Amino acid sequence: MTDKRMTEADVVGELRDGMTIGIGGWGSRRKPMSIVRAIARSDLKDLTVASYAGPDLGLLCATGKVKKAIYPFCSLDSIALEPHFRNARQSGAVQTLELDEGMFLLGLQAAAWRVPFLPTRVGLGSFVVERQPEIRTVVSPYDDGEELVAAPALDLDVGIIHMHRGDARGNGQYLNVDPYMDNLVAMAAPRCFMSVERVVDTDELASSGPVQSMLISRLMTHGVVDAPKGAHFTECVPDYGRDEAFQKEYAASARDPDLWSAWKAKYLDCGDHAEYRKVVGL
Amino acid sequence: MSDTSGTTGAPSRADFCVIGVAECFRGDGEIMANPIGTIPAVGGRLAREVFEPDLVMTDGEALLVANGIPLGVDDPAKMVEAWNPYRTMFDVVWSGRRHVMMGASQLDPYGNQNFAFIGDPSHPKVQLLGMRGAPGNTVQNVTSYWIPSHSPKVFVEQVDVVSGIGYDRAAALRDWVREHHELRRVVTNLAVLDFEGPDHRMRLRSVHPGVTVDDVVAATGFELAVDGDVPETRAPTPEELEVMARLDPKGMRAQEVSG
Repeated sequence: MTDKRMTEADVVGELRDGMTIGIGGWGSRRKPMSIVRAIARSDLKDLTVASYAGPDLGLLCATGKVKKAIYPFCSLDSIALEPHFRNARQSGAVQTLELDEGMFLLGLQAAAWRVPFLPTRVGLGSFVVERQPEIRTVVSPYDDGEELVAAPALDLDVGIIHMHRGDARGNGQYLNVDPYMDNLVAMAAPRCFMSVERVVDTDELASSGPVQSMLISRLMTHGVVDAPKGAHFTECVPDYGRDEAFQKEYAASARDPDLWSAWKAKYLDCGDHAEYRKVVGL
Repeated sequence: MSDTSGTTGAPSRADFCVIGVAECFRGDGEIMANPIGTIPAVGGRLAREVFEPDLVMTDGEALLVANGIPLGVDDPAKMVEAWNPYRTMFDVVWSGRRHVMMGASQLDPYGNQNFAFIGDPSHPKVQLLGMRGAPGNTVQNVTSYWIPSHSPKVFVEQVDVVSGIGYDRAAALRDWVREHHELRRVVTNLAVLDFEGPDHRMRLRSVHPGVTVDDVVAATGFELAVDGDVPETRAPTPEELEVMARLDPKGMRAQEVSG
């Protein structure tokens, strides 16, 4: 029986420069932040990051890890625009592929199903299709002959997600109202690493919530990181809400390089997730 | 003067905006009304309470709720009708059974919308939200817009980036999109606009009391279609003012639009 438990540092050890990494969650909600911070502290570079983005993309941009961002939005939810991501974009530091939210879902689904694209009308007439040569169209082979958008598969090298509960074998469970696209992020990659609020015995999962909450099976995962408060400062209800005060401090640190250096020294360079929890007082 | 009864007082500009929003959903029947923003939320919920009872609405997240949730209240009572996580929301959008009201950083005369960024795509002057669901929304379901600050910076001759598509772009696409594309209205702090001008150009539909046609024209950065005498946006009824007070007990709508 395979025990998939590992640390954030072990996850980083599995990553390589130039990889395409998909990150679960949505905006500033249930993001695998302890793994994201470990990547931000590493020597990795030239990553492509695909995400319904929030501070995951912002932090990786601020630390110079991102060559290209694939995203339908980048928001902190209660702060509409992600200021670190804005800095990166407005300095021309990152390449982008701008996608519609639904097209992003189709891209993950196509990758998970191992097909090159899925047809849709989403994107027709917009910047997404007309100004980005990476996005192409396809003509229906049926009698309608309609021209449709071929939403390209978002072929990830690695997916990272955060769940509320999981077991050592890699089964995972979410306990909030929305699974987001986390199972697709997991399946769109040959390997997925999952952090969890708490590692429990397998038989505890079924008693922690309805079976429908057991979204992630061990078929989908290749590593489990025991990371209490691992989504901090993003929302991870019912275990904890978003740390709005901390998020404000994070956002304010984008205002000038000195503020950013101070934030980075305190919360990023402090060390691993255990050290971070001590510094923040979690 | 109409009697506005009780403690609610004379209707404010924000109240007229709420009515302008609510009227967008009149006749929609049993579809999802998805108004995004403070005044849109009050307006959509008011439409359901007063004259469009079959509308389906979210709690702002993953639940469909049958009751009108008051804004800004911690942990409000919810009568949950169904589960609607993001993944299901796209099924709803692509089924066409939805009318969304979104914001916009820029809108042009045909309703092309931008809230992605301003300037060069590789090095934008101002990075905004991104495409969000705008490309899909505008092709797949009815779309309206809410603009809390009507100005020539928002209403522009040409948008920097097309995130939501307007009537001219829809007309250039295949039959299916042309037949299904509908931009219903644009509600602002000054007026209600629609796309019933020549070639579906934006037209002034009504002005809120206290606003003149010239005010709206001056605040619009392109030539607006104006047909004859423009009516005033209708006033809320006493019942509607009561419903508004219940749906927005903290008066958050006045923070979005003053006066």
